[in-house]
Amino acid sequence: MTPIILFYLFATIMLLSALMVIFAKNPVHSALFLILTFCNAAGLFLLAGAEFLAILLVAIYAGAVMVLFLFVVMTMQTNLVQLKQGLRHHALLGVATAFVLVIELSIASMTWHNNLSIISTQTGQLPSLSNTQMLGLLIYTHYIFLFQISGLILLVAIVGAIVLTLRKRSENRRQDIDKQHQRNPSETLELRSIELHKGTNALGGFIRPKKSYFETAQNNSFGPKPGDKTDIHEQRTKTDHST
Amino acid sequence: MNILETIGVAPFMIVSSILFTIGLVGIFATKKNLITILMSIELMLLAANLNLIAFSSAYSNITGQIMVMFSLTIAAAESAIGLAIITVYHRNRHSIEVRKTTMMKG
Repeated sequence: MTPIILFYLFATIMLLSALMVIFAKNPVHSALFLILTFCNAAGLFLLAGAEFLAILLVAIYAGAVMVLFLFVVMTMQTNLVQLKQGLRHHALLGVATAFVLVIELSIASMTWHNNLSIISTQTGQLPSLSNTQMLGLLIYTHYIFLFQISGLILLVAIVGAIVLTLRKRSENRRQDIDKQHQRNPSETLELRSIELHKGTNALGGFIRPKKSYFETAQNNSFGPKPGDKTDIHEQRTKTDHST
Repeated sequence: MNILETIGVAPFMIVSSILFTIGLVGIFATKKNLITILMSIELMLLAANLNLIAFSSAYSNITGQIMVMFSLTIAAAESAIGLAIITVYHRNRHSIEVRKTTMMKG
């Protein structure tokens, strides 16, 4: 009796919070209600006997995807009051369509019946294994190609998200890998012997190896401007002559 | 032991159909931001996953749960790409309203 009560409890909270996702005014609130929806759906998964997927749903959705959603929502400085001006003028049509759809789906669900006990005895699973063990046994043998393809899809998602959101501003400090690999240590490093009780400032300080710096730096980036371009050797001889 | 043996698949199907419909309403009945539309797509995917798990448990066949794992992967990738697109759109247009997304007159 307790699982049935739990089922209706989880289902009710899930559907109510899903409605709040749709109708909340603040997008942050709807993201938080979506977390509640996913947690209750994980409860339904647990009741249906899919323990590993329940943990996966909480870990991936409530843990990762919703944090991403909240990050994006809070990053955008949109006027949230301006966004909420009521429903569309097609709202009535949409709600009517949704009503018809949910009635049809419910009728189809109620009239659908099959003799479950016969099929479950025919293709019985190994009862000694846990849910996670069975998933692992299948996913690395029968579904190995699907598994690898889903890994590739995740890779494409990573690359696509980076490529889409990468912004090339002119004032960013970026690296040019080829130029950096061609740098010479003699023109980037300076080795000085420092006397006792004297800092490097007394010797004229370190001089930044500007020649190679300008070679590696991008145009219009931060740092020294092209006007004060000096070579390290002539700068050093100048300070030596002055002292 | 299993709830599917006592109440059957039909309550799961009804709950997931209602959830799917809520997601559908969220897509085409609101004129709010694009992020709400992404969340509605997540709700619809969750309804599909709930159905898959209910039938997998009813038939004692683990394949449905494996399909749920793959669809979770696809949904995560989709939300990442969608949020990247929304970020770029907001950077260019300074708004994520649905009403203003008619630049291409499609």
